[in-house]
Amino acid sequence: MEHVVIIGNGIAGVTAARHIRKESDKKITIISSESKYFFSRTALMYVYMGHMRFQDIQPYESHFWKNNRIDLIEDLVESIDYQSKTLKLKQSSGVKYDQLILAVGSKPNRFGWKGQDLKGVQGLYSKNDLELMEENTKGIKEAVIVGGGLIGVEMAEMLLSRDINVSFLIREKTFWGNALPEVDSNFVTQHLNRHHGLKLLFEEELDEIIADESGRAKEIKTKKGKTIPCQFVGLAAGVSPNVDFLKESELEVDKGVLVNPDLSTNQKDVYAIGDCAQFKTSINDRGPVEQVWYTGRMMGETVAQTITGNKMNYAPSHWFNSAKFFDVEYQTYGRVWAEPKENETSFVWKNNEREILLHFVFDKNSKVFKGINNFGLRLRHDLFEKWLNEQATIQHVLKYLKTANFDPEFFKTFEKDIVDAFNKEFNDSVELAPKKWWRKLMHDKV
Amino acid sequence: MGTTINYSIAGDKTQNLNTLQKIGLTLGSISLFIFLLTWVTGMTLTPNWLYLTAILFGFSAGPVLYAIGTYKGLPAGIKNNGVYFNSLTNRGALGWIGAIILTLFYVCLYWYGDWFGNGTGTDGANEGAVALFDPLSQIMRGAPADKWFLYGTFYTIAILFLGIKFMYKYRNSKYHLIRTVVVMFSQLVLAYMLPYILEGLNATSGGYYSLNPINSWPLNYDFMTGTRIDARIAPENQPLGVAYMVWGIILFLIVTPFVTYFVGKRWYCSWFCGCGGLAETAGDNFRHLSDKSLKAWKIERWLVHSVMVFVMLMTVAVMYSYFSKSEFSLMMYFPAVVGYSLLFGLLGLAVLLFIFLYFNGKGKSRNFMLVGAVIGMVMIVSMLLSYLGNDSQAFGISSDTIKKGYGFFIGAIFSGIVGVGFYPLLGNRVWCRFGCPMAGYLGIIQRFKSRFRITTNGGQCISCGNCSTYCEQGIDVRAYAQKGQNIVRAACVGCGVCSSVCPRGVLKLENGPEEERITDNPIIIGHEKHPTLRR
Repeated sequence: MEHVVIIGNGIAGVTAARHIRKESDKKITIISSESKYFFSRTALMYVYMGHMRFQDIQPYESHFWKNNRIDLIEDLVESIDYQSKTLKLKQSSGVKYDQLILAVGSKPNRFGWKGQDLKGVQGLYSKNDLELMEENTKGIKEAVIVGGGLIGVEMAEMLLSRDINVSFLIREKTFWGNALPEVDSNFVTQHLNRHHGLKLLFEEELDEIIADESGRAKEIKTKKGKTIPCQFVGLAAGVSPNVDFLKESELEVDKGVLVNPDLSTNQKDVYAIGDCAQFKTSINDRGPVEQVWYTGRMMGETVAQTITGNKMNYAPSHWFNSAKFFDVEYQTYGRVWAEPKENETSFVWKNNEREILLHFVFDKNSKVFKGINNFGLRLRHDLFEKWLNEQATIQHVLKYLKTANFDPEFFKTFEKDIVDAFNKEFNDSVELAPKKWWRKLMHDKV
Repeated sequence: MGTTINYSIAGDKTQNLNTLQKIGLTLGSISLFIFLLTWVTGMTLTPNWLYLTAILFGFSAGPVLYAIGTYKGLPAGIKNNGVYFNSLTNRGALGWIGAIILTLFYVCLYWYGDWFGNGTGTDGANEGAVALFDPLSQIMRGAPADKWFLYGTFYTIAILFLGIKFMYKYRNSKYHLIRTVVVMFSQLVLAYMLPYILEGLNATSGGYYSLNPINSWPLNYDFMTGTRIDARIAPENQPLGVAYMVWGIILFLIVTPFVTYFVGKRWYCSWFCGCGGLAETAGDNFRHLSDKSLKAWKIERWLVHSVMVFVMLMTVAVMYSYFSKSEFSLMMYFPAVVGYSLLFGLLGLAVLLFIFLYFNGKGKSRNFMLVGAVIGMVMIVSMLLSYLGNDSQAFGISSDTIKKGYGFFIGAIFSGIVGVGFYPLLGNRVWCRFGCPMAGYLGIIQRFKSRFRITTNGGQCISCGNCSTYCEQGIDVRAYAQKGQNIVRAACVGCGVCSSVCPRGVLKLENGPEEERITDNPIIIGHEKHPTLRR
């Protein structure tokens, strides 16, 4: 029986294992030094905030692994011998594989700041980081977070839940400026500012972290010379593939493990998926490294096909993502670039009181809908996926917006205001269609 | 699930109370003290109206002020910070103390009413705790209080004011606001005031329970017993008595299946029912304590449906015995043979419905519909044997014994002590999930013939587990959501909290066409090219 070994039990590795099991009887082993059982990385924050216990963020009960004959090894892989197809482990004896999947994830970026290894300075990515953060934030009052992105917001929310004041250093002029258009970014900033104890410092960069006598962070200095006292520094300036232990071997590694469209590497029977994979040529409009929950899952689904004999390239559909900035939910479908493309124009509708912002992007000439950033509402993924597939126009999307609304029953709706605003701004005459059962719309052609 | 980490508290908000929280706690504690004092010592405090006002005020204003203190100044949104660090909500010392006091309260209520001073004075006057409630009872029904009046009043206060707390906590959700107003109205007006006022108007056809128009059979398990029927058709109780009887039959036979078909069991369980009402309001802080394991689901299915079958069997047996009496009051309207025909007819109808649901249903669990049909057939045959043998008891057991057993084990121990007393230990829906026969009945309709489902929003789930954790019915919502699958479960009471706590906007309670409601092999949107997902 062939033996598939997966290094890493995050969403990518575990999805691969599940789908290989669906398709085959191969022996499957997952090796992880982080935790015995799979957990939802994106939910670590809720454990710190006391919403859930650690066992609650583990999606499968322990009998799941036995029932699906997926063996779990809790150990660290030190090196890989690609010729003899053997893994050297830290504690247990070597493991031989027939096919190997690298799903080793990422690690928080550290850009060589002075004092970045002091006590009280850390990123947030792994279970270990969560435990460290618990330890590092005991009884403290002030913290600094470096990097204005999603992990930074999560850390800020976590710290605030424990009554710890947070200064948030953001290098750009606006919040998450490399991903959000300015108006969206300002909208999020507005919401963040509503939270007491959180201070956003734009165009500020970390210069160095200064230690007290015990070797623990006591303050930081910014590049502009500002000093901020703090007992904790959260490093949230992005993550990069966790591939140090793979470097200096025959495996081709750049930022991440270099992969072909079918997720294979330059080594026979070795694949890389999830955060740690770097595509030699980008797929569609996507970056070479994708570090998102959903892409990890889709790569896992894809590699499982190849390994079980149905060779397949990674072919994700339209981009989608979601996040939550404190109390404001964010969903995005299609592409809304921070800087609009040449042929693109956008329609923005905002309700400050209810904290809702919709940012539609469409083609100037053909009016084809390109993407939406959605804050404070919920929208149906299925319909937007269909509209993107069928190149629906912005008018079509707006017309059926009522049906695309995914907010709970009885919630106030804003579709009429939105369509009126669009008609006014673009001198158009879109007529809002009454709400329909959404599945009916799925069967209609655009 | 193997790993347990004990996260201690650093700079935790729950340890530092603000002024409003302190005032709220003080008011609540004073009320609790007065009540415990009269309960434990049996002391009769005078003037009773003053102490009653103090108790009711403290129990009303206390929790509301505490809630305002907890959530004020925070933007509207989900506030579950520290739930697992708080001793009350994490099965800590406070949780245990709360559970023990609540349990003792129920034990006294059911079996040691004397402890509350229930009619222990001269000429049956009230003393102690119950005596405090005399003034209110006099106003509402022109008679002194009893232990059930005390219980009903506390129950209603809990739903009303912890309901206000719930609304403040979930003020960002109009669904919860409307639902909670209905729950509060239903308890205050339909379950509490209406029965007592009618009682005051001399409609004493069997006490509190039978005058509550939303307490439907089979939850109201003695709805069809002889004494109740006789009381309802007694000439002095007209027209109310017959009206209640007709309404009760319409409620379980027509309203329940129809409304459940259109909106799911939630209309009853989390909008109108008193048990559900208490769970949703007073029990909200304990919703995450429900057991999510597969094992618990298995136990749930056997238990809740066994209780349901038991109530149905009991009701049939009781009615059978009723018709076999030489004189029964309904005789004025029809002879015994019509009564027997009705019983056989209803059982036959149930069997036919089970068979229909089996052929109409989807998924593995439709096999249980065959089990239901077989049980119905066995009941028909054994009742037929009793009938042909001229036996006055159906199924060869005394219907009175069955009823007493049910009242003790299910009515008191299960629904009261375990159901509410154990809120802080087992969660707020133990009775609703494992015991309630009405929930069993509603659940079968919801699972097999309803337009209700929780829709999963394409591929947006991140498996975080908030939905499963905060599901009071112990449904592993995430297991469905992460597969892109709709949630169609008999147990779901449609409280909507999974949708509220979802950080990525993945879940929505919806009523829609039955077509594609159950999605066994969903496509995870965003990756349709993947073959295993398209099969």
